[in-house]
Amino acid sequence: MTSTSDANITPFAGGAESALMKQELLEKVARRRKRQYREQTLVTWLLRATAAISVATTLGIVFILLKESLGFFEEVTVWEFVTGTQWTPLFKPQHFGALPLVGGTLLVAVIAGLVSLTFGLGAAIFLSEYAPERARKILKPILEILAGIPTVVYGYFALTFITPILQSIFGADRVIIFNALSAGIVMGLMIMPMVSTLSEDAMVAVPRSLRDAAYALGATRFEVATKVVIPAALSGIVASFILALSRAIGETMIVKIAAGATPNLTLNPLESIQAMTAYIVQVSLGETPQGSLEYQTIFAVGLLLFVMTLGMNILGRWVIARFRQVYE
Amino acid sequence: MFSVINKRPSKVLAVLTMMAVLALAVACGGESSDDGSSSSEIVVDGSSTVFPITQAVAEEFRAENSNVQIPVGISGTGGGFKRFVVGDTDISNASRPIKDSEAEEAAANDIEFIEVRVAWDGLSVITSKSNDFADCLTTEELKSIWDAGSTLNNWNQVRDSFPDKPLRLYGPDTDSGTFDYFTEAINGEEDQSRSDYTASADDNTLVQGIAGDGGSLGYFGYAYYAENADKLKVLGVDPGTGCVSPDSVTINDGSYAPLSRPIYIYVNKASLERQEVRDFLTFFMNESAPLTEEVGYVALSDADYQANLELLGLN
Repeated sequence: MTSTSDANITPFAGGAESALMKQELLEKVARRRKRQYREQTLVTWLLRATAAISVATTLGIVFILLKESLGFFEEVTVWEFVTGTQWTPLFKPQHFGALPLVGGTLLVAVIAGLVSLTFGLGAAIFLSEYAPERARKILKPILEILAGIPTVVYGYFALTFITPILQSIFGADRVIIFNALSAGIVMGLMIMPMVSTLSEDAMVAVPRSLRDAAYALGATRFEVATKVVIPAALSGIVASFILALSRAIGETMIVKIAAGATPNLTLNPLESIQAMTAYIVQVSLGETPQGSLEYQTIFAVGLLLFVMTLGMNILGRWVIARFRQVYE
Repeated sequence: MFSVINKRPSKVLAVLTMMAVLALAVACGGESSDDGSSSSEIVVDGSSTVFPITQAVAEEFRAENSNVQIPVGISGTGGGFKRFVVGDTDISNASRPIKDSEAEEAAANDIEFIEVRVAWDGLSVITSKSNDFADCLTTEELKSIWDAGSTLNNWNQVRDSFPDKPLRLYGPDTDSGTFDYFTEAINGEEDQSRSDYTASADDNTLVQGIAGDGGSLGYFGYAYYAENADKLKVLGVDPGTGCVSPDSVTINDGSYAPLSRPIYIYVNKASLERQEVRDFLTFFMNESAPLTEEVGYVALSDADYQANLELLGLN
């Protein structure tokens, strides 16, 4: 700015002065470049730091889980923990077999998986193959709202709405007020948008030419959907399903509210169970003294949960990478 | 053109800085504490069973005496006495009488105290209204149902004369003082219990579950039963000397045994010289009856509260 105004004041500048101006201008550009470079470096480092924080958080969580579980596994063998069929750390006599908790978690997750796969895949097929573009544009966001409902609301929806319905169907004598089925159904509804959205994305990505070829051979719309589009989009569908299941395994509020606090090793979905996450909540909010063996159980259970969801996520990524069909 | 490109990073920088500042502000905000007012303090600690009563009374008292701080801890009866006998606390909540060893320790530290009975803790054994065969259970039958390792799952396993009907159990979760008391009184040791019953910290849920299930059996605080008596059926308990059903009379005179017990506060005599402690205890004896019922216990008779005031030298 200053040099320009100087130039305006002296309109008939000589050659020496214009050389000076050029020199100044070059210096100015160089300074600006330097400043930009510094800023860019700073921004790069800031962004790098934000990325590092997420990695550091994960590492920190793994470290704490391992460190705190170590104390637990000094008292209880890993073998007893992963194969024992009784879980009563807060009772006397104590037993530390995590299978009832793992079983409870998986029972709810499997029910949720069945519900979300049935309805999620159905919705995805409808949206990608049947629905006109306008309907799709309206329906898809509405479906995705399901994923935005707070899980605590889902929990009470299961306990106060779904459970009474189940009791009127199967009889109040057979359906315990806390049961795996109502929690599983509602959790299935919650993760359904995940399945439908990701599956639908995969199905829309299947090239038009494949469909046209099938139609040319006389296939019906349903045949095109089930025999051409779904097989072609299978990797995306399976991956969405695995990610949704992983979400179901980690889900806490619904199982805490609606599935009960009874660590039962059972396949009967009408009975009360306790999920791993619900147990962790129970102990961390309760009056169990910190540092005690009872308290350390939650880190061991947390570690097991972490391993399970990590395994699911790795599996999901592997399925995508391994079975992905690439169309050009 | 040049200037636009030039400005972008600084805008990003500004946003990032703002975010950082906000994050810091949030992080630091949580640590602020509000002290500075010259208020007096009555320190209470001890049993989590007595806690709801003391806490409710303390809250009501503070509504009129906002300059008195009354922190109520829940270290358990034993943990509370540990602090009480060295003079750390003014009042100790206790769900059992002080032990000789604890009293000796207090004497060694020149701590004199007064034991004050403040309420009755009565448990009730509950089944569904539609249960027409059971009216009374013996303590042995209760133990055979609830003890650790028990696998009874049908009423006819409890007593031969009971019908073939699935037995479903409901009870408070392990954090509850009711669980501690029931397991101690029936199964012989605190926390010793079978674990495969439907557990909930929420008494409403237990009421709902027990009421709707014809084969149900459960237990919770007597006052909670009294509130829901229209939906539930209470069973008498026979400790071997005859069947007694819980009500405010049988709980208050101790004949409903072993599922009723007095609960106490212990007051440091030295603290009684402070006016705010005297005021608080006077308020406690005069006003705690409705609060006691509200939080799930059986209140004393008016005469007993008067006797307590005399015991404390407050009238």
